[in-house]
Amino acid sequence: MSARTVLHEADIARALTRISHEILESNRGADDLVILGIPTRGVILAKRIAATISSISGATIVSGALDVTMYRDDLAKHPTRAPQPTTLPPQGIDGRTVVLVDDVLYSGRTIRAALDALTDLGRPRVVRLAALVDRGHRELPIRPDFVGKNLPSSQAERIFVRLTEFDGDDSVTIEGSGE
Amino acid sequence: MRHLLSTKTLTRDEAIEILDVAEDMAETQFREVRKLPTLRGKTVVNLFFEDSTRTRISFEAAAKRLSADVITFSAKGSSVSKGESLKDTAQTLAAMHADAVVIRHSASGAPQTLADSGWIDAGILNAGDGTHEHPTQALLDAFTMRKRLHGERSRGRALDGVAVTIVGDILHSRVARSNVWLLDTLGAEVTLVAPPTLLPVDLGPWPATVRYDLDDAIAQRPDVLMMLRIQSERMHAAFFPNSREYSRRWGLDDERLARLDPASIVMHPGPMNRGLEISSGAADSPRSTVLEQVANGVSVRMAALYLLLSGDREESTRV
Repeated sequence: MSARTVLHEADIARALTRISHEILESNRGADDLVILGIPTRGVILAKRIAATISSISGATIVSGALDVTMYRDDLAKHPTRAPQPTTLPPQGIDGRTVVLVDDVLYSGRTIRAALDALTDLGRPRVVRLAALVDRGHRELPIRPDFVGKNLPSSQAERIFVRLTEFDGDDSVTIEGSGE
Repeated sequence: MRHLLSTKTLTRDEAIEILDVAEDMAETQFREVRKLPTLRGKTVVNLFFEDSTRTRISFEAAAKRLSADVITFSAKGSSVSKGESLKDTAQTLAAMHADAVVIRHSASGAPQTLADSGWIDAGILNAGDGTHEHPTQALLDAFTMRKRLHGERSRGRALDGVAVTIVGDILHSRVARSNVWLLDTLGAEVTLVAPPTLLPVDLGPWPATVRYDLDDAIAQRPDVLMMLRIQSERMHAAFFPNSREYSRRWGLDDERLARLDPASIVMHPGPMNRGLEISSGAADSPRSTVLEQVANGVSVRMAALYLLLSGDREESTRV
């Protein structure tokens, strides 16, 4: 087993700043933006992106959390997962631009669940997807709109995202099996 | 979690986990679409050998909000009234691939028998057995107390130091038993108030203080006053002279309500006998949590069904 750091603290900060700019550009401003993170680390990333967008645009963008546990298609294959809270900005998501934020985009099944969860909460005008790392191996026709880093990986490898708020430091490491 | 049979065997962490998941379930009940797809394709059987409307529809609502299919099997007018044994009923349900069985039975221990027998592989949820336990009621009561006391900051918390006084027919009450065990696990201090005839003979192992006078108990300023229903269907002996005397000495009337601490809450598991154990003034006052208990009941039962049915059952060996 070997672990190799692919993103350091400064890389993550740069990636999130770039994603924030891209979101603002594609939305033509900060109007009607709702940034929703997918627990657990997506929520932290969403918070950071919302703060960056707020400081660039001057508008106050509040992030939220969208828990997808109850919508997963693999519940029966794992030990019971505890759901996490879902928090939405007070104005809701109807008619707004929702940007989903996740740490690692892999099979796309989490995002499929997130889209179902969103449908039950309201009807956004557009839904976009931001991911810190895209490691490929999609099992569904889902693609991200904003990516921090494309990280072609083998399915035997594991990717760990560490964020200061949870883990004490910022880093993305890849742990290989056959190196 | 494999089964939910009693609160006595629940650890503090398990109890708090159920309450926290119930918190998430409660949040989904304010959405535009209240139904979650989580238990799609699972079958929940409501097996009711004893009459119950409230618990049955609460479980039914909980299962349906999680998209499970619900089959209700009530003993009246069924094969049971033709003399079918619990074993045959269980095996019939197993053959129909029931994933969970919610059972209410007049015999204490029937859910345990069903869980241990090997007749059926489904998760068993005790919805009240004889005078033994009614765990989801105790969990929803604890959830309601936690919500009133801690509000938004309920998650992850227990009920340490909360003074809970339970009044009424302790002898026959499975609600009282489940509550005593759960509240003790969660750190609350329980006082039981009843006429001596309506208390079990040996209260030694119960983690609770016993009083016989309601006015004394109210003078101790409890945070929670839980009134139990006088179960006329179980009043087969002379437990108290008449209902007027009971009401005068152990009923919560308007005058006693006024003496309670303003921040305290009044609970009742329902259905209420207005004018007997609780006055209309008390039942309808803002301190009463009767309707919150009903709403929270659905959330707590959703949590129990979720924890029982969602994971890989091979890996959840815990009973």
